[in-house]
Amino acid sequence: MAPLAASEDPKTADNSDKSRGETWPTDKRPAPLGTGSMLSRLAGIGVMLLGVVAAFLYVGGWFSPDKLTPGRFVDEFERVNGIHSGFRRNHAKGVCVRGYFDSNGQGTRLSKAGVFQAGRVPVIGRFSLGTGDPHSTDEISTARGLGLQFSQADGEQWRTAMINLPVFPFKDPQAFYDNMVASAPDPATHQPDPQKMAAFAAKNPETIQAIGIIKSHAPSSGFDNSSFYGLNAFRFINAAGVSTPVRWTLVSVQPYEAAVASGTSQDKNFLFDALIASITQHPLQWHLMITVGHPGDPTNDAAISWPEGREQVDVGTLTLDSVESDDTSPARDINFDPLILPDGISPSDDPLLSARSAIYSQSFTRRASETKEPSAVTPAEVRR
Amino acid sequence: MSGNTIERKQFTGSMRFLHWLMAAMVLTMLCIGVAMVASLGDYHSLVSIHRPLGISILILVVIRFINRVFSTLPPFPATMSAQERLAAHASEILLYTLLFVTPLVGWGMLSAAGYPIMMFGSVHLFPILPHSVMLYAALRKTHTYLAYLLFLAFVAHFGAILFHTLVVRDRLLSRMVPWRASE
Repeated sequence: MAPLAASEDPKTADNSDKSRGETWPTDKRPAPLGTGSMLSRLAGIGVMLLGVVAAFLYVGGWFSPDKLTPGRFVDEFERVNGIHSGFRRNHAKGVCVRGYFDSNGQGTRLSKAGVFQAGRVPVIGRFSLGTGDPHSTDEISTARGLGLQFSQADGEQWRTAMINLPVFPFKDPQAFYDNMVASAPDPATHQPDPQKMAAFAAKNPETIQAIGIIKSHAPSSGFDNSSFYGLNAFRFINAAGVSTPVRWTLVSVQPYEAAVASGTSQDKNFLFDALIASITQHPLQWHLMITVGHPGDPTNDAAISWPEGREQVDVGTLTLDSVESDDTSPARDINFDPLILPDGISPSDDPLLSARSAIYSQSFTRRASETKEPSAVTPAEVRR
Repeated sequence: MSGNTIERKQFTGSMRFLHWLMAAMVLTMLCIGVAMVASLGDYHSLVSIHRPLGISILILVVIRFINRVFSTLPPFPATMSAQERLAAHASEILLYTLLFVTPLVGWGMLSAAGYPIMMFGSVHLFPILPHSVMLYAALRKTHTYLAYLLFLAFVAHFGAILFHTLVVRDRLLSRMVPWRASE
């Protein structure tokens, strides 16, 4: 490319030897450009620069206003729930917990992650309800969340965000988003528009099927006796490099009790209050069960369960022994991004995983800069 | 035609190598950066490249700066006025600064967010700031602004070299081409 400009010009082309002299050949400058040539070259430069800028903006999605982005997804949460300063855009209401995970070493044949080596790692987590309103009244039917962060001694972490539903009602982020749009209350009736709901159901039969599975698992009476599901499939990689499709579940040691229909006399925070009472009485425990998938089990669809009879490996016990308000716990400021994984756990091909990571990150970034309003479950309530 | 004469006309081989290597990395990085924040499905794989690539740029810019300090530079062409030389020098300082500060702010922002700073496999970096979401929020915004500024600085740099190559035709580009600019 270098000699291009010079060789275009006959005056410099035949003087090229001299142009390598001690000083820059100011006397051998190419002949001045004519006005037309000058303008067309300047225009060409302008076009090239505009092209570079346009390509950059295109890559950044500026020309795709209808594309579902993390920002637009979180905008929809805000449109439906309003903006509650400092709170998560979903699972806004919660309390924080601490404890530890005792690994029994059984997981090491599946994953080389440090958390599965026999021994104990500290855990910090957060119980939540699947609502964007941090001051909503507790309901038995609301999805219960448990975000956990396992801190390995080597500095790696495993974060997981689980819910008490055995399957996720949506197969991909678009279905989740479309459901949010379809079920948003109509401003006139304050109820979701049945026509929009029906149209969504017709387009997403897997959601209807998943809700059937969810309904066959009646929710327990509280957080403490709920089991929690990792929902998405992941891959465990062991020391030999063998990759196995897995799902995981925290199975409650506290015996299951069916929920009684919540009466009107219930306190607004009755689920959280019961959790606080329970955890201050005795540490709460869950078995971490790994479901080992077979080759060919679908790993890209959180809306369907794997076939019955898959091997279950109990890899250790989670103990949660202290509780704290969101207002004072560092867990408030943790993003339980399900793709913060130690070496030995990898994402599957489930499209929800990357989307969850992107959307959680967007929610985290927005709330990080906001003033932190007091949460519904106050420090005083936790101490009571 | 002696090597000495040619070396005076061009940046040293290591400087040219680092320039083009980093040019490719930084452009890739800027594209990944804007693409990942607008992506759901590719977010995770893009972020997984973004982190180690950013740290590589941070390491390379330090090496490049040290290399530059100890290298003899070719003269500016006589076609460049004193003001133009000053502008070129200032833009060079700006580019070096952005190439150093942008990934450093990225590292700092992940630290302040309380994220483990994963590179590849089990390799991860230590946090350089305490866990503070307000600090994270400020650094996250700063990172974006710095990246846009870096992109604009690149566009200006690209525009200047196009102008010199197509309009002034003073062979300014020959100082930095990857090959030996002899005949």
